[in-house]
Amino acid sequence: MSTIVLLLITGLGLGALYFLVASGLSLIYGLMGVLNFAHGSFLTLGAFAGWALARRMGGESWGTLIASLLLGMAVGALVAAATEFLLIRRLYNRHIEQVLVTVGLALATVALFEGIWGTDPIYVTAPPWLSHTTAILGARVPNDRFLLIGAAVLVLLGIVAFLRYTRFGLVIRAGVENRSMVTALGIDVRKAFTVVFAIGGAAAGLGGVLASHYFGYVSPQLGGSLLIFAFIVTVIGGLGSLAGAAIASVVVAILQQFANYYLGGTGDLMVVLLLAVVLLVRPTGILGKKA
Amino acid sequence: MIESTGTTPTVTDSILTVSDLSASIEGQQVVEAVSFEMLPVGVTALLGRNGVGKTSTLRAIMGLIERSGEVTLAGERVDREPTHRIVQRGVGYVPEDREVFASLTVAENLRLAERDSNPNRELIAELFPDLTQRSGQLAGTLSGGQQQMVSLARALVNDNRVLLVDEPTKGLAPLIVMDVARALERAAQTVPVLLVEQNLQVVRMLAKKAIVLEGGHVVYDGSAEELLGNEALTKELLGVA
Repeated sequence: MSTIVLLLITGLGLGALYFLVASGLSLIYGLMGVLNFAHGSFLTLGAFAGWALARRMGGESWGTLIASLLLGMAVGALVAAATEFLLIRRLYNRHIEQVLVTVGLALATVALFEGIWGTDPIYVTAPPWLSHTTAILGARVPNDRFLLIGAAVLVLLGIVAFLRYTRFGLVIRAGVENRSMVTALGIDVRKAFTVVFAIGGAAAGLGGVLASHYFGYVSPQLGGSLLIFAFIVTVIGGLGSLAGAAIASVVVAILQQFANYYLGGTGDLMVVLLLAVVLLVRPTGILGKKA
Repeated sequence: MIESTGTTPTVTDSILTVSDLSASIEGQQVVEAVSFEMLPVGVTALLGRNGVGKTSTLRAIMGLIERSGEVTLAGERVDREPTHRIVQRGVGYVPEDREVFASLTVAENLRLAERDSNPNRELIAELFPDLTQRSGQLAGTLSGGQQQMVSLARALVNDNRVLLVDEPTKGLAPLIVMDVARALERAAQTVPVLLVEQNLQVVRMLAKKAIVLEGGHVVYDGSAEELLGNEALTKELLGVA
């Protein structure tokens, strides 16, 4: 029983990380039809920014942790908005070029990060409570899982509230459904594009700082490794569906944890098999729109 | 091109002028060197058989498809501007097939369309009382007629200088067709309307001027009454009497 509880909560924590990356990918694809392969770079940069701040402030205080989370979000949002404004905006409806540019940016930024911070993992420090455990139904659950789950729930609620109660949110929801009709109502939908990129980048930057605490280190490859699973989650959840991304994040991460434990470390294989099954049985994903 | 005689309405200070407008979709030309002027008041009907480029002409004016040529709104060129700027200058657009946002409520569809600081909510409530009662309902769950009301209301909620309305009665029950026609008649009292419409009864009821397209060109530009009063001409140009 305690093993199952531990796997479930660890799966939820990992799922929270996947969701923080996938939420931005899903919103960006849903509104703009852009598959953003550079999204992992926003995460990595957020993680490095958080680590750099924590190193200066002393990484063991809660104040530092909160400041690094906020800085990670801000850096992710700024870099994502700049990417949209400077690169993607010129390439709407040119999908091949978008893929080439975002893949190129992802490769170039990893090389840049390696040039600046080196290729080795850099270990991070955190408030001691995060490295302790809490007993739940006999399982000793690492406390950082609760931080991850709490942050992901807050981000989900925040994005849902933004989409539901703000004018920009209304434009984004309408734009996901019919972009050209939004412009035909006199709305400059490009502003919404920048806002969505910034929101996605903020979630990724936050995810980067949290990922550095989950794994215990930050490295130039951090974003790329999480991005693969975030893409899988986005496809399984249904491209463009935030709720689908949330559900798929939890399903994928828990499946991964249980398969790793009970089926001899086959978690990644099981996730890919799940992706194949979903694509065969329900190509639009769990909550995706039909083409 | 056939030009009507006698009762042709005169165009003074045309609100919307289209000159040599051509448009293409995925490389295929759908509108070819179309020129016409809208009446500054009332309804101008843009007619023609299926597939002659009526919808494409409206979409080209709106900048929703690739186009060349000149479009002027009250003397100012708008053909180089993006769609949202054209709308902000006062061109309301009601698309074919309504294109309401199915996952938004009726109220959200209207709120999204509001760009004036003082939107015409009273007019909308007066013209479409049903929408007020259904303001919290998802637009995707409305009937075709109700969705058309939402689509029209989105255009009428702002003070526009011209309205482009594309087949508003398509697929609607006869009773609803007359409701839509009455709403358009009321709207046309305050804003000139360019109307694409297959239902000639509605055209007879509303339009003063008619422009007929064939093969992407204008083949008739003149009085709607004269066109529709001439059975042979109507049959020749529109394929129906």
